[in-house]
Amino acid sequence: MREAAVVSEPNPLQRIPGVAIVLVLLIALFSAIAPGFLSIANLSNVLVQSTILTMLALPMTLIIMTEGLDLSMGAVLTLTSLCVAIVSLATKSMLLGLGAGLLVGTAFGVANGWLVAILGIPPFVATLGTLGMAQGLSLIVSDGQSVVGIPHSVRDIYSATLLGIPVPIVMALVTYAAFHALLYHTRFGTYIFALGGNREALRYAGLSPNKLLIAVYAIGGAMAGIAGLLMTARMNSGHPTAGLGLEFDAIAAVAVGGTSFERGNGWLLGTLLGVLSVGVLRNGLNLISLPSSVQVASVGVLVIVALFLDGLRSRA
Amino acid sequence: MTDITKEALMPPRSFLSQDAIQVFYRLLAALLICAVLAVLSDSFLSLGNILNVLRQASLTFFIASGLTLVVLTAGLDLSVGANVALSACIAGTVIHKTGSPALGILTGLACGGLVGLLNGVMVTALRIPSFIATYGMLWVLNGLTYWYMAGETLHGFPAGFRQIGSGYLLGLPIPVYLLLVFLGIGTFFAQRTIWGQEIYAIGANPVAARLSGIPVARRLLLVYAVSGTMAGLASIIFLSRLNSAEADIGESLTLPAIAAVLIGGTSLFGGVGTVFGTFIGALILTLVLNGMNLLSVSANWQPLVTGIIVILAVWLDMKTRRRTQ
Repeated sequence: MREAAVVSEPNPLQRIPGVAIVLVLLIALFSAIAPGFLSIANLSNVLVQSTILTMLALPMTLIIMTEGLDLSMGAVLTLTSLCVAIVSLATKSMLLGLGAGLLVGTAFGVANGWLVAILGIPPFVATLGTLGMAQGLSLIVSDGQSVVGIPHSVRDIYSATLLGIPVPIVMALVTYAAFHALLYHTRFGTYIFALGGNREALRYAGLSPNKLLIAVYAIGGAMAGIAGLLMTARMNSGHPTAGLGLEFDAIAAVAVGGTSFERGNGWLLGTLLGVLSVGVLRNGLNLISLPSSVQVASVGVLVIVALFLDGLRSRA
Repeated sequence: MTDITKEALMPPRSFLSQDAIQVFYRLLAALLICAVLAVLSDSFLSLGNILNVLRQASLTFFIASGLTLVVLTAGLDLSVGANVALSACIAGTVIHKTGSPALGILTGLACGGLVGLLNGVMVTALRIPSFIATYGMLWVLNGLTYWYMAGETLHGFPAGFRQIGSGYLLGLPIPVYLLLVFLGIGTFFAQRTIWGQEIYAIGANPVAARLSGIPVARRLLLVYAVSGTMAGLASIIFLSRLNSAEADIGESLTLPAIAAVLIGGTSLFGGVGTVFGTFIGALILTLVLNGMNLLSVSANWQPLVTGIIVILAVWLDMKTRRRTQ
């Protein structure tokens, strides 16, 4: 058990109840009060709509495990989504669009990692600065307008199915599998645990914590690039506020999922359940015709409660 | 090396304090920007534009001055912009419903202060890290404001009320007087009162502060409440200047306020900085944005430039402090 040796709290099962109970309670609540919530169509809708968030929340988990934070993720997703739209519109090629999104996303991720690791700027301020930069660049490249008329090859990604399963869900599952393998079955994953838990140990082992940290943020940026493709496909356009506040839903999913903000403990399955909790909450509130503003406020309350409980646990 | 031996090895203290030198450099930077802009743009040195810069800087300063106290305690308040929006919308509604600006002003201030107090409770009683607690609060407030306004715009306020934001007294805009008043109060509070000094102590070393008998939790509550109340004040100025309020007015206010604090030399790690520095910070930021405006750079560039300035300011600050230590 390699991970058990690194994780300071050896029993992650202890945490399962928290987020699972939240999810079950939310599902029970909306089954009771929201007509149509339990229909197959609606449930698959929840899953498909949660895919973009999954792609942000998984790397966010890794970043938070290093006692970091990436507030720029939503704004970077906006920018990459615009890049996908603009490049695929110009070249008629979905792959070139994806390439552009990946490139820009990874560049922002590396920049975040560099600011945090090499310059030592606190993560929330460094990524707040890059948030402003990504937001600004989004406005500049789009001139504040939507980018419309993108090719079918991009649009179809969101609506196509593979063996009867919607492609976005397949992408999210593959992403989850990849992150699971990366975190729990590779050395890099073990180093990520150490980045949050014991950075000195990495140094003594002859590794460079700074390079690892940059890699973690770069993964976050790259995932924002891939999620940008999905966002463009979903909206069938590029829009300069497409990703507004998505980083908050991602942080909410991670916090609800039981990843600690202070001790370098992360739990990917918890994050996945957290993503579903946020998705169910938003979908359910939507079904009972509460506006998106109320959804935003409820997610905010969800985060604060989750963090409070996290604090209680860490003191217990 | 302990602090005492370091103190003994240090050269004799110079006439000016470290803070004064930092502020002096920033004043020089502000003057330099002015000189560049005066050369590049004919209209920069016009009286109208200078008063405009001061008035814009005052809005950023009101938000940033309260935020300075929070940052001095090594905390952060990301909810200030959203707080301005909610307070402005609620104050606007009260003025519309009751016809009384005084009542509206009180409600705006109270709403801002209450939000700040809630932030303080989350940080002290629930012990949530301040940046994440206030970030959660940001979205709660955003949600509340959008829900409350439901896409509506509040418009048209009594002429007397509008004087606060757009009126003049002896040739100077009224917000500039308010700026001077709050600059004085803030500086006096931080430098010359025991509570102010305790706030510096908490930021420099929270454990030592607690052990030396400072009521840390109560001072933190105060600091967040002040930050919220100043956001409430900014909302009143905003409301009376624009004569309207919408749910989205706060979104572009947080980053500039944080930028002003950081440019002003207040350290994110707490214990170092001045309210006067923040005033210079607000002035520098406003000068840069005003200059871009005069040189007809599209407003779309403003978030990009503000973001770069935030990062540069933190980096420069960390570099100079590393050198002096």
